[in-house]
Amino acid sequence: MKYYDKLVFELSQEGRVGYSLPANRFPSAPELPLELKRETSPNLPEVSEPDVVRHYTNLSQMNFGVDTGFYPLGSCTMKYNPRINEEVAALPGFTGLHPLMHAGLTKGALRVYQDMNKFLSAITGLYAFTFDPCAGAHGELTGLMVMRQYHMNRGDLKRTKVIVPDSAHGTNPASAAVCGLEIVEVKSLENGRVDVEALKPLLDDTVAGMMMTNPNTLGLFETQIKEITELVHGIGGLMYYDGANMNPLMGVVRPGDMGFDIMHLNLHKTFSTPHGGGGPGSGPVGVAEHLVDCLPELRVSGFHGNFGVILRAYAYILMLGKQNLKKVGQYSVLSANYIKECLKDAYKLPIEGVCKHEFVFDGLINDGAHDDVHGATTLDVAKRLLDFGFHAPTIYFPLLFHQALMIEPTETESKETIDAFINVMHKIAAEAAEDPRILQDAPHGAPIKRPDETAAARNPVLKWKDAQ
Amino acid sequence: MAGFPYFPHTDAEVRSMLDRIGVRQVEDLYADVPKEFIKKGAYALPDAMSEPEVRAWLNGLAAMNARMKVFAGAGAYDHYTPSVIPYITSRSEFLTAYTPYQCEISQGTLRYIFEFQSMVCELTGMDISNASLYDGPTAAAEAMKMTVACTRKKTRVLLSKGLLPHVVAVVETYAKFHGVQIGHVPVADGQTSLEALQAELAAGDVAGVIVPEINRFGIIENHAGFADAVHAAKALLVEYCDPSTLAVIKSPAEWGADIAVGDGQSLGIPLCFGGPYVGFMGVKKEYMRKMPGRIVGQTTDKDGKRAFVLTLQAREQHIKREKATSNICSNESLMALWVTVYMSLMGPEGLREVNKLSYDGAHYLKDELLKTGKFEDPFPGKPFLKEFVLKPGKAPGLVQNDLEKAGFFAALETEEGYVSFCVTEQRTKEETDQLVNIVKEG
Amino acid sequence: MSKIIEGLKYSESHEWVKVEDGIAVVGVTDFAQQEMGDITYVDMPEVEDEVTAGEEFGALESVKAASDLISPVSGKVVEVNAELDDAPEKVNEDAFENWIIKVEMSDPSELDALMDAEAYKAHIGE
Repeated sequence: MKYYDKLVFELSQEGRVGYSLPANRFPSAPELPLELKRETSPNLPEVSEPDVVRHYTNLSQMNFGVDTGFYPLGSCTMKYNPRINEEVAALPGFTGLHPLMHAGLTKGALRVYQDMNKFLSAITGLYAFTFDPCAGAHGELTGLMVMRQYHMNRGDLKRTKVIVPDSAHGTNPASAAVCGLEIVEVKSLENGRVDVEALKPLLDDTVAGMMMTNPNTLGLFETQIKEITELVHGIGGLMYYDGANMNPLMGVVRPGDMGFDIMHLNLHKTFSTPHGGGGPGSGPVGVAEHLVDCLPELRVSGFHGNFGVILRAYAYILMLGKQNLKKVGQYSVLSANYIKECLKDAYKLPIEGVCKHEFVFDGLINDGAHDDVHGATTLDVAKRLLDFGFHAPTIYFPLLFHQALMIEPTETESKETIDAFINVMHKIAAEAAEDPRILQDAPHGAPIKRPDETAAARNPVLKWKDAQ
Repeated sequence: MAGFPYFPHTDAEVRSMLDRIGVRQVEDLYADVPKEFIKKGAYALPDAMSEPEVRAWLNGLAAMNARMKVFAGAGAYDHYTPSVIPYITSRSEFLTAYTPYQCEISQGTLRYIFEFQSMVCELTGMDISNASLYDGPTAAAEAMKMTVACTRKKTRVLLSKGLLPHVVAVVETYAKFHGVQIGHVPVADGQTSLEALQAELAAGDVAGVIVPEINRFGIIENHAGFADAVHAAKALLVEYCDPSTLAVIKSPAEWGADIAVGDGQSLGIPLCFGGPYVGFMGVKKEYMRKMPGRIVGQTTDKDGKRAFVLTLQAREQHIKREKATSNICSNESLMALWVTVYMSLMGPEGLREVNKLSYDGAHYLKDELLKTGKFEDPFPGKPFLKEFVLKPGKAPGLVQNDLEKAGFFAALETEEGYVSFCVTEQRTKEETDQLVNIVKEG
Repeated sequence: MSKIIEGLKYSESHEWVKVEDGIAVVGVTDFAQQEMGDITYVDMPEVEDEVTAGEEFGALESVKAASDLISPVSGKVVEVNAELDDAPEKVNEDAFENWIIKVEMSDPSELDALMDAEAYKAHIGE
């Protein structure tokens, strides 16, 4: 990757234009009153079209995408983003639709929503979906709103708590707080699963429900799920499924069948829509039949959700069809277990046994600490991987393990790529054992190295004007 | 069965991996799943389609949608998209990249977000911007929560009745579950009433007030005195705005706002039946740590080179968990790139021209429609930019129908029974004259 | 090894208290700042705010973490260390010199529930 240091403001010269607009054929209307006019001109760049193209092209070459190489980020499901999805999402018959056009004018678009409702219900075992949420966390919030609405409809206002495993992703408690619910954490056992005995005393009629993912954030299937859902249902609570870990269940297990009443899906994870550097995503929320009445009043986005993203997922499901759905789950689980078995001789595997689509290591077995030299940490391993052309796995999550390294290969990676990754991980472990400083100095080949994040947080410079 | 293009594994490779793991078949890897939960039988999905079939099917669905000349706005605008933009946003390294947590290999994403933040601050005049939110309405909902977080013990937020209905609906949904009381400030004489606002503020307990720069009648509001009144009541002023219009009308900062929010869709994002769009938020410096969303900051790396990183992460959900000011994780990054490229191409002159064309077109259309005698002007003399409302002589639905039959999407109905029109630089004079003719004959 | 000062009171959550003219001066220990790493922000209450023993009154933030500050005493905040707004790193530089809040105690007997230097030393295992 070549270091390209310009910002678009630095390419600006007064008088340059990058746009082309038709001449004004309307009569000139009287000017706006002075008191409503903008006082100072906005300082936006003036750049020609070729320079804009070159600038963003060069910027892109300092980025790493799934198309560039392996991205084993646990809990992100970085699978291949098919280009047929892109093609259909750009069709003018879809992109030209104003969101307030009525059903008679948008039959094709509405058919997409209807089909997606059917498909997602079939895949998950839930009854009906809303497509308004624009991301997973947005879906979680919406799903928790359904949970609260359900109890409000029953006239039960004392249900103010939601139970969440201590291994849960940060969005879970944050979504609960935004939704006005109090989080109660339930402990995990040493094998990483929810401690059902610890759960029992937490269950009473102030609990609205429980939020969990299965497999959990360690990639382990919650084997006692049936007992858990029965316990929660038994006190009148609802079960919420965080669909971030849906990939291994595709074509094999349905959350609805396991007793979940509400769930969200991440279309930008499980359903192959691109991550885009951090969005746009889509987080449709599915509910069991008895909760369908809770959906209509929940307006969580302006119009109909991220239609362009939903279209991409639609094309993906049509390509998969019933025949290929199961392989998504199976291949993702196969690849994850394979990597785990191959690398557990060099990295600490805190929990033995079969995993699903992802698993967690707790740092190096031999971190090479000696004399005054600190041992290599998970961060160091992550940075050294960059030198070999691999994106790092997820690091320092879940919080249960201090040197957590969470690896999720997905089903679209070939065995060659996986074997190459395994080889590099072994090499890095050997380097650490010999001299951890090789890792601590990494990355060596990246355009920038170990930026000063402390300074960035202490003295934030958050716009170009402040840096001048 | 033929192989599937997204699954690289061959049977031999699968066998080799199973052997290495030490199991006989893939199903064994699900042995810890209670048997009753393993789905038996086929899923109720259609058969797999080949790529040519998917293409044909989707083209068929796209053709089932009407192709209309769009003379309506109400929160989604048909502005021109420069040809360059989709080529840049569909570059692999932007499209298929993850969130830029590993900054060494995400400088592309981090830098365009820094540019986006900078441009949002230029247009809104605010000190600090985040890396984007989902859309305008959810940005307004986040602002609502932020005003409560910043004023701590207060529980009420006021919304102008001039805000678009879909903005109000989302803010009210969030408020209901967040335990915030919503009050409404009526419109008088075409805009949010300052007197009514003062009365509501005097009733106390107000954390924030959300008003539109341009309201749902298309009228550009005059917010002189609003910031003073709101600040005297120790509350925060939130201006909801259309960023494209900020090139020519007074910015939120010029009105004294504490928070500016809106939707960047008007910056060249196609209508796309409502999404993906891009919400934005700009705030005054003192509210930096209460602002939701990701933020990119500039720093140097260990060799002294300029570098960009996600910063102030301690505000966010992955660190603060239930104490975070918001639960937002993914945002609309690629759409932020879209509008950043748009603003780079257009510059201040391009945006001024977009607004001039829209302004002249809208004023022309309004005059011509009034000349037909089929409408009354409910707000004579009130300043507007690209949208306006008229009171039709006949039922709004009938006006809309006549236009629809001729291929025009216009005359959206408001709760008062007005019809609204919008003209952008995409509309030609010929089309506009055509629309007027249809109304004349209707 | 971290620094511990005799004569101060300590809480289990690593705050220290020094009583000056009846006012409780509160900060975090050297151990706490070592655990946090580089502090990027100190989230402090406002003067006149009430604090309660055992409840959070603010937080320490680093690049990757946030740690609640738990008040060792109850009362009213009479002063807040404004220097920490621009220079949070002072807490890293000298955690005992750079106090965070001063509290007019509502119940000085709460100090008896806190540890002395010896007990705190044992608590952090040093």
